[in-house]
Amino acid sequence: MSDYLVDIQHEKLSFFTPAGEVRALNDVTIRMKEGEVLGIVGESGSGKSVTAYSIMGLTAENGKLMGGTVEFNGHRIDQMSEQEIRKIRGKEVSIIFQDPMTSLNPVYTIGNQIEEVLKLHTGKRGAEAHARAVELLRLVGINEPEKRVKQYPHELSGGMRQRVMIAIALACEPKLLIADEPTTALDVTIQAQILELMQELKGKLGMGIILITHDLGVVASMCDHIAVMYAGEIVEYGETDDIFYNPQHEYTKGLLRSIPKFSERDYTKLVPIEGQPVDMLNPPVGCAFAPRCDSCMKICLTKKPDRTDFEGVHYSRCWLQKKAAFMAARGAESGK
Amino acid sequence: MAKYIVKRILMGFLTAFLVATLTFFIMNLVPGGPFLSEKAITPQAQAAMEAKFGMDKPLFQQYLTYMGDLVHGNLGMSIKKRGRTVNQIIAEKFPTSARLGGLAILFALGVGVPLGSIAAFRRGKLADNIIIVFATAGIAIPSFLSSTLLMYIFSVKLKLLPSLGLKTAASYIMPVFALALYPASYISRLMRSSMLDVIGQDYMRTAKAKGVSTFKSIFKHALRNAILPVVTYVGPLVAYLMTGSFIIEKIFTIPGLGHEFVGAITSRDYPMIMGTTIFLAVFVIIMNVIVDIVYAFIDPRIKLK
Amino acid sequence: MENTDKMKNNILSMQLDVDDFVPASADEKESLVVMRESVSFWKDGFRRLRRNKIAMAALVLVIAIMLLSFIVPLFYPYKYEQQTKGSERLGPMQYSSKELERIEAGEKVFPHILGTDQNGRDYAIRVLVGSRVSMTVGLVASALILLIGSIYGAIAGYFGGKVDMVMMRIVDILYTVPDVLIIILLAQVLEYPLQRLSRVPGFSWITTMGPNMVSMFIVFALLYWVGMARIVRGQIMVLKQNEYVTAARALGATNGRIIRKHLITNCIGTLIVTTTLQIPSSIFTESFLSFLGLGVQAPMPSLGSLASAALNGLQTFPEKLFAPAFMIFIIILSFNLLGDGLRDAFDPKMKR
Repeated sequence: MSDYLVDIQHEKLSFFTPAGEVRALNDVTIRMKEGEVLGIVGESGSGKSVTAYSIMGLTAENGKLMGGTVEFNGHRIDQMSEQEIRKIRGKEVSIIFQDPMTSLNPVYTIGNQIEEVLKLHTGKRGAEAHARAVELLRLVGINEPEKRVKQYPHELSGGMRQRVMIAIALACEPKLLIADEPTTALDVTIQAQILELMQELKGKLGMGIILITHDLGVVASMCDHIAVMYAGEIVEYGETDDIFYNPQHEYTKGLLRSIPKFSERDYTKLVPIEGQPVDMLNPPVGCAFAPRCDSCMKICLTKKPDRTDFEGVHYSRCWLQKKAAFMAARGAESGK
Repeated sequence: MAKYIVKRILMGFLTAFLVATLTFFIMNLVPGGPFLSEKAITPQAQAAMEAKFGMDKPLFQQYLTYMGDLVHGNLGMSIKKRGRTVNQIIAEKFPTSARLGGLAILFALGVGVPLGSIAAFRRGKLADNIIIVFATAGIAIPSFLSSTLLMYIFSVKLKLLPSLGLKTAASYIMPVFALALYPASYISRLMRSSMLDVIGQDYMRTAKAKGVSTFKSIFKHALRNAILPVVTYVGPLVAYLMTGSFIIEKIFTIPGLGHEFVGAITSRDYPMIMGTTIFLAVFVIIMNVIVDIVYAFIDPRIKLK
Repeated sequence: MENTDKMKNNILSMQLDVDDFVPASADEKESLVVMRESVSFWKDGFRRLRRNKIAMAALVLVIAIMLLSFIVPLFYPYKYEQQTKGSERLGPMQYSSKELERIEAGEKVFPHILGTDQNGRDYAIRVLVGSRVSMTVGLVASALILLIGSIYGAIAGYFGGKVDMVMMRIVDILYTVPDVLIIILLAQVLEYPLQRLSRVPGFSWITTMGPNMVSMFIVFALLYWVGMARIVRGQIMVLKQNEYVTAARALGATNGRIIRKHLITNCIGTLIVTTTLQIPSSIFTESFLSFLGLGVQAPMPSLGSLASAALNGLQTFPEKLFAPAFMIFIIILSFNLLGDGLRDAFDPKMKR
């Protein structure tokens, strides 16, 4: 048993589709301590959601773990049966999804849907569960919770529904909250409120959070660590400051260039990352980002780069850093 | 809600009125009449008969008289069945057809909803394939074929089931099955596709993420959302099946309303045609209102207004 | 320090070459990208359809049935109305005594594959021609339904409001009137005018097809377009909210043009699927009516009337029922399966 809340080692995961095997995760390693906030950043299809979902055994039916281990809070998720994982879901780890408009069942009241998870995992029933549901709604900042608890999802706004989703997720005070693009579908002002709420609740309840997003701006203020994913691999990992002030991978740099910076007086042009995401049915042999990389070298097309470690926990996978090391080593060699 | 129902019922009256008007004029515009088929009739006798049923008057006046009676719930006298009112005939024949149709509906729902749900949840697996094959075959067999084939196998060859009438419980088996085959298959297919739709919804993922078991998520979260298209389909179907299928009643010689209706059309028993049509129309309209109300109970997003 | 040393050794042991670190050319990068060709709606749909084995089997079956019912009767040695004296009520592959004599005499007599009926007509050709009638009714009626239903539905859906209200009430009424009633009455209403019309030059085809069949087309067209109209209306209501419709309107496009160019083309997938599924449903109704004796008239056979006629001799000649029954089943089944396949391939909502 490891000391980590989440300990994923060399996870490989494939989806088997009619078109062939889609290698969604290719050697992903993530470690996270209790109470930490980890941001996973990447574009759609990079494997960020799959990584997080595998912690609660929520991969789609055609998804198969091809190697590695997944450990959460002392449970070996990869070795557990569906029935065993079910006892953890919603209790020790919960999730909020991208689209609050569709994530709640339209035919049941808010209260019913909060109480459902309480009944499943805490044994609270009837009036007790109801009282707890009201309390949870108050906790996530919903006005008039006694009234709201009797309402249906369609009677609430998007921001309120996401608050309800958070209430459901936090009902059993989980150790880990996975937030899968929790603000993408919301208005900008509501986005800020939801992020603020999550931060506030983290302060109160002390759970760990995995924040999945394609938006580096969202993770900056909240996360302790950031993992940048591309084509099923973590291409760069580090503390938030490492990623923002000392990015090493060309993809991370590209992502940072594409965020607008309002502090700068002169209008730096936003630079989009050119090209298409990788076709995961036929993953490239070399670095997956190579075809889109401005500094692409010959070796990038034929070989996958190893990890290059920097100070602290910061590392990246890029031949450019290898090149620097190689040149330095050769220089030292010839100097001898 | 009450206001909505009242409004719907008023709309229903309007529709029924239009249906009655339409039927009345189409029926009377068709060449021929109720007394032509009786060959031995003298012109005098025909005139006397027409006078008795008020058919000697101008068409529009006949229409007004009929509508006046209709408002009082009086559907008139049957021309072919002497001395009996249409109300009496319907009251006598409807229960037989309704029993048969009601059983067929229950059978179709009891088979179609579970099979469709199972197929959706076992998508692509053996159970799904078997159910799809049967359901697709089921909607390719017209009821006159299923009933004759059933009769050939179980009555003629195996001599297991009675082929005619409705005297014993066993004699219900074949007509009910023949009547229910198509709707049961159709409901299975409908249920499967709507269930697949629901399974793909985000709230099903939410339920799973909460730790809800598959079984419970089917019953609590999926079924209630997926059943809506079935409700829409079954509503009018109840009216059609309970007022009697002509084919089934003819093949199994069951004295029901469907048999009576087609007989009335071919013999031009005008009051009987009108009466049955209006009865069916009102039934369909009532079922549609019930469907709307059921809808609102199932899905709170639907507001009746 | 130790760490960096290790790294240096590590990197040298990887047997790398300075050349490896030369920037790659654009061409080299390009060659690695397996470009997924961008596929159009139709191409994508047909590709999915081809991959669907059941749908392809159904398509083959549909083509086979078409050949059997439209082409084969043209050079079949018997005609559907041709009565052979002395060959009444033969079983499958049986010969009458006269025919046996002719065979004795060295003549070649084509076998009655399914036997003959009570008038000495070859049953196999009657089943084939019966299928032709059913297929014709199915195809023509569906085309009419497509035409009327899509136009009606498009107009109601596009204009909405009061127009929609009135138009949909009419649909409701048609839905409520029992169809058997309308069919029986209309067939009688139409009989006389059609007969008269068939004598007008240019309309003699009515006699060839039979006034009953023509009146059946008209009845179908008048009755069964309502389902199609509802579906099209629903689609148009959703589509017309799209920005490109607003844009077209802002550019001064007329209503007719918007309906034709923007709305109909966008629900063409649904139209194809609904029409394909309408064909078996029309055949279903036709066989039902013919079974009741309300469909096409003798001597023209239809699958329904053949099945109905076979009922009386069910004890002795069950195959007389099985043959048309099987044809009805196969026709409806293959069209249904094809329709399902088309829906999976072309209806984007079903894409999963």
